[in-house]
Amino acid sequence: MCALCGVLGGAGHWTDQVHRPGLYAAAADPAERRRGRALRVAAARHVLAHYRLGLADWQGSAFVLSTATGKSEIVDDLGHLWPAAERLLGRPCDPLDPDLLERLEARTGESHG
Amino acid sequence: MAEPVFTPVNLLTGFLGSGKTTLLQRLLADPALADTAVLINELGEVGLDHHLLQRVDEAMVILPSGCVCCTIRGDLAAAMRDLLSRRTQGVVPPFRRVVIESTGLADPFPVLSTVQADPVLRHHFRLGNVITTVDALNAAAQLDRHPESVRQLAVADRLVLTKTDLADDNAVRAALRAIARLNPSARLWRAAEGPLDAEALLAHDLFATAARAEAARRLFADELAGVEPHARGAGRGVAAFAVVFDGPVDWRRFGLWLTMLLNRHGARVLRVKGILNVAGEQAPVALHGVQHLVYPPVHMAAWPDADRRSRLVFIVDGLDRAAIERSMRAFLGTGQARQAA
Repeated sequence: MCALCGVLGGAGHWTDQVHRPGLYAAAADPAERRRGRALRVAAARHVLAHYRLGLADWQGSAFVLSTATGKSEIVDDLGHLWPAAERLLGRPCDPLDPDLLERLEARTGESHG
Repeated sequence: MAEPVFTPVNLLTGFLGSGKTTLLQRLLADPALADTAVLINELGEVGLDHHLLQRVDEAMVILPSGCVCCTIRGDLAAAMRDLLSRRTQGVVPPFRRVVIESTGLADPFPVLSTVQADPVLRHHFRLGNVITTVDALNAAAQLDRHPESVRQLAVADRLVLTKTDLADDNAVRAALRAIARLNPSARLWRAAEGPLDAEALLAHDLFATAARAEAARRLFADELAGVEPHARGAGRGVAAFAVVFDGPVDWRRFGLWLTMLLNRHGARVLRVKGILNVAGEQAPVALHGVQHLVYPPVHMAAWPDADRRSRLVFIVDGLDRAAIERSMRAFLGTGQARQAA
């Protein structure tokens, strides 16, 4: 278990590494790490909205992914997020899908004027 | 408490008969690699000579499974755990590097993912350079007929062109054209035409050079130069291209994008490598991925040159470069990604 964040076996995914000399980890400070998780959830929601999926932090150690009808799944990190999303949806989540990109680009246009 | 030491693991790959074992013999003769343990597939085409076998015998495990990717993983993990255990017990010399020579018929990906994903191995080993031998006599034909040879070439950090003394000029030129198309960023040696720098081939990798600005500069000069002139994909749908973006990148959005891309298209992202200007960080983050696998990102000590842009080199199989760039731009949300000239 990671002493910083309480994640069981949480030394895994490259986007969420624990600190190790020479490697990049987003935050060592616990408060900063929590803030980082909140920002990560917000960024993921932005994309998951296209699929009518929601995401919430689960006690700072995992995430809960849920559909509009209430089906949900706990995921440990971003590495598990997309396979879980595809399972819940029953279809692929493709970041090259023009419909998704149009939606993201439109939102960027709104937020950046 | 002392910081853990991660033993680097090099993968030596290349198609059947391309000279892997011959290269290994030469490299292991270098005193700089005296502390190297070797894991080798049974299907080796050239036996390591007796003298050398004696030298590495204690630390050598023959993998019995041959070339089947799905079985090599278990064998490899078991062999490496065994090696680790024997080192801890003092049964084998305290090696400081492992070289895995894979069979010529294998996609190299399962070997890399085994080292990184195995719950024991990933706490003791880290992935180093992948070295691929390319046979100047037969490369063009092999690359046309065998998709695994394309993957072996694309995944390489270092390329060694072999048998140039046996091939005619046309064959050598054809091999070099294939290399320029499939993996223009890996540094290339010609085995038959001079000494090989074992240190540069095996040891000068992303992690080892990140703390040394001059070494990192040389590494990235190799990696990032030469991609643009050959950026057009041709034939078989494998293409190398660079994406450059101005301004800092949001690490969380980038992570979200790359994990989504690799989840859906990882098998066709043969390699992604480069440096990112991460928002809020003084020094860049070096990124290296192979198919579904992303190596632990390295925080470099300093920028390798005056250029502060993020630069990523992709080698993809059948993916559209414009779609990848548009997708990255949409996810990063700032319209900042743009194609290299």
